[in-house]
Amino acid sequence: MTNDELLALTEQERAEEEKYSHRIHICTGTGCVSSHSEKILETFQAEIKARGLEEKVKARQVGCMGLCAAGPIVSIQPDGLLYREMTPELVPAIMDSLGGEPFKDQLIDTNIPFFYRQEKNTLENAGLIDPERIEEYIAVGGYAAVVKALSEMTPAEVIQEVHTSGMRGRGGAGFKTGLKWSLVAKAAGDQKYLICNADEGDPGAFMDRSILESDPHRVLEGMVVAAYAVGASQGYIYVRAEYPLAIKRLKIAIKQAEKLGLLGQNICNTPFNFKIDLRLGAGAFVCGEETALMSSVSGNRGTPNPRPPFPAQSGINNCPTLINNVETFANIPGIITDGGKWFARIGTETSKGTKVFALTGKIKNTGLIEVPMGITLREIIYDIGGGIPDGHNLKAVQTGGPSGGCIPAEYLDATVDYESLKQLGSMMGSGGMIVIDDTSNMVDMARFFMKFSMEESCGKCIPCRVGTTMLYNLLGKFQAGQATRWDLKRLEELCDLVKNTSLCGLGQAAPNPIISTLRFFRQEYLDKLIDSEKTGETVE
Amino acid sequence: MTEKIRLATIWLDGCSGCHMSFLDIDQRMLELAEKVEIVYSPLVDAKEFPENVDITLVEGALGTDEDIQKIKKIRENTRLLVAFGDCAVTANIPSMRNPFGADATLKKVYLEHESLNQQIPSEGVPALLPQALPLHQMVKVDLFVPGCPPSADTIFYTLSELIEGRVPDLTTLSRFGA
Amino acid sequence: MNSNPVVRSFTIDGIQVSAAEGETILEVARQNDIEIPTLCNLEGISSTGQCRLCMVEVKGTNRLIPSCATVAEEGMEIVTSNERIDKYRRMIVELLFAERNHICAVCVANGHCDLQAMAQKLGVTHIEFDYLHPSFQVDASHPKYEVDHNRCILCGRCVRVCDEIEGAHTRDFRNRGINTLVITDFATPWGESQTCTSCGKCVHVCPTGALAEKGKSVAEMQKRRQFLPYLVMRREGAK
Repeated sequence: MTNDELLALTEQERAEEEKYSHRIHICTGTGCVSSHSEKILETFQAEIKARGLEEKVKARQVGCMGLCAAGPIVSIQPDGLLYREMTPELVPAIMDSLGGEPFKDQLIDTNIPFFYRQEKNTLENAGLIDPERIEEYIAVGGYAAVVKALSEMTPAEVIQEVHTSGMRGRGGAGFKTGLKWSLVAKAAGDQKYLICNADEGDPGAFMDRSILESDPHRVLEGMVVAAYAVGASQGYIYVRAEYPLAIKRLKIAIKQAEKLGLLGQNICNTPFNFKIDLRLGAGAFVCGEETALMSSVSGNRGTPNPRPPFPAQSGINNCPTLINNVETFANIPGIITDGGKWFARIGTETSKGTKVFALTGKIKNTGLIEVPMGITLREIIYDIGGGIPDGHNLKAVQTGGPSGGCIPAEYLDATVDYESLKQLGSMMGSGGMIVIDDTSNMVDMARFFMKFSMEESCGKCIPCRVGTTMLYNLLGKFQAGQATRWDLKRLEELCDLVKNTSLCGLGQAAPNPIISTLRFFRQEYLDKLIDSEKTGETVE
Repeated sequence: MTEKIRLATIWLDGCSGCHMSFLDIDQRMLELAEKVEIVYSPLVDAKEFPENVDITLVEGALGTDEDIQKIKKIRENTRLLVAFGDCAVTANIPSMRNPFGADATLKKVYLEHESLNQQIPSEGVPALLPQALPLHQMVKVDLFVPGCPPSADTIFYTLSELIEGRVPDLTTLSRFGA
Repeated sequence: MNSNPVVRSFTIDGIQVSAAEGETILEVARQNDIEIPTLCNLEGISSTGQCRLCMVEVKGTNRLIPSCATVAEEGMEIVTSNERIDKYRRMIVELLFAERNHICAVCVANGHCDLQAMAQKLGVTHIEFDYLHPSFQVDASHPKYEVDHNRCILCGRCVRVCDEIEGAHTRDFRNRGINTLVITDFATPWGESQTCTSCGKCVHVCPTGALAEKGKSVAEMQKRRQFLPYLVMRREGAK
């Protein structure tokens, strides 16, 4: 596929699109599908047919529109109307309203901060295109980055552009993407591999799932560009089997891209070959850790290995391997087509671009949001999130999932970037953001996450395998009001051990929920000591 | 030396093997007797655990509610409490019932494996704790002397050092199971 | 073999040492009679870095690295023991004792056990964690050997020796976290294993009494590991 062919396809698709006076978009992301949005899509299609409007009105499935709390969501284009909590019964009323006054009962006010405070980049097509049609992705400028990179840029120039963007890995640790790419590019060896980490496993996180379900081609495009830049010929997407819809759409997307010569042999009529295969994860959280993931991709037990060697030196089959997260790849097309400088205009000094967050917990607007780095937590929670429901007060925000920490309400004006979250004892993580109100106890919270880490520990190294269980049991003593000062001391010593001696990131980060709640909410631990220990001396 | 060190020894949920090993210090017992007075022990006649004890060697794990009362009393009246042998240190053999729990153990022993007069004793015997515990899970322990049993040499060395007011270094002398 | 091998100079506890390319810190330490504790590592089988006892400090950094799985680098200053490392090591051994039912007094490997010896060497005189007291089965279905999972520390030595030296890969892990279990074949009883050659290597590399020969009573299970360096030497020689 050449640039001209791409443009021709775009023209054709746009002309087709303009035939319709109205386009009805029905969200078919996992959230809305689980409240039967597919039935709504069918009903719209049947209604259009019954009214003989096939030439004028088109109903199509689209990806996530973000405001999951109000799902199933339907949007009417080009009017830009959004309807909440749709049911098949409401379809005729919506159809009646087309071209006239909007159907007021279910209308969502789009003039609220939830919509205008967001800045969509990786999610720019989510909710606008049919994720199962490559033509629609191409019509909104898709695959232009592949054509541009392959026909106009050298691999070194591609990497330079990523360097310029200041992009950092969206999987959690925030390693500089350009640096990682250049390490793999420089590594010796003819055979190199590329892996897209789609093993999203944090409780309360669904960023990657939404991107894959809403705009799978965007991720493929990012992967092709990355493969070209580092010289990889084989790619894998490691996606958890619990994401059936994402898997289905990825499979469709890979086939479509191969058919158009955007993937496979001689991509865009150049000598560049790159193949992508799916690998399904069997539900182990630890397989999101890159060395465990590579073990699993290779067909072995998914347990981590010591680093170094890093994947960039020795990964799959001991060959240099580039591993990036879904969201990282989804950011690449924009960086190539619009330039690294364009990307770097958003964000803070050290954290560039936008970040997708899954906003959950005690918050009015539960859903998926994309915001510029450097935004404050206050803006996210009170402007975009609409604040805390039922008259309760905010207590803390949990970011980074089981590896992250709780940030108390007094730090609401902290900016969201890699450094400031780390400074507050939490982390960016992959983007889960759980809002906690004053009805929750922080010891319970910490124990919830410790249960998760304990159950997901792979069992390979002792500090994580036994340490997380001991931490969980110790927290149980606190919950039962049977803990002593000595238990508190032991809790802290054990957190220190597990953090500093565990083999992989899962274990090293597992105590974070305890460490951060001990830092900011120590009194809640003290309140749970047995009565005789509440006052009195500390242990030696 | 004006006053003798007041030494007590006791065995709780254990087999008395550690006390036997203590007796194995043989003629060195005389040496010890010059410096200590045994104020309470299975080896002497005192019925009540006395006050103001300098050193108590506690053999055995905590296996019953009675053991709990005893160890609390010992702790209140002892300056230096020594967990004496593996049962006191780790709960050792008594803890082998812990994976199954007290009820299952009693049923197995007194009902399933008993052909005559099947009954779980309840009168005149203290109730089993759900789990046999090492001493330090209930009270503060000042010194741990592992071993099943600790050797006579280890015991003599430990006591000699304690009497002289030193902390014995047991690293090479005792270990779990030895 | 490279005709001009790169030699790396570095120090361990202030002692000047040198490593051939690719040699780990632990290997070099052993060559120089510097002891670094470990329970999962064994000369002749691969290093996995999972017991975390061989963690050492690189001077100037706060980070601990597993010496068995870290290749020596020029100019490194390695500290094998200090207050912090020693405390971590003791805690790790305590965690192992608390994890399963290690009752040395009644164990076939009493007196011949790496875990028991490690506790003694590190000065672990008691376990400060609450014992978990799980209930694991004994598999005595094999005619010559038996496995008592209550005494297993999941070091993986048996898994690796079976795979890398015997080439049978009869053993592997199942489950995860605290429920991890070493299994034979697809969790079939050992005696019914189709792949086990009954060579007994696993029994002798096992650091504890988890794997033992049948008929051995308390303290009778001596572990003989002389075969390992010999077999490795023969294998290397064959290349």
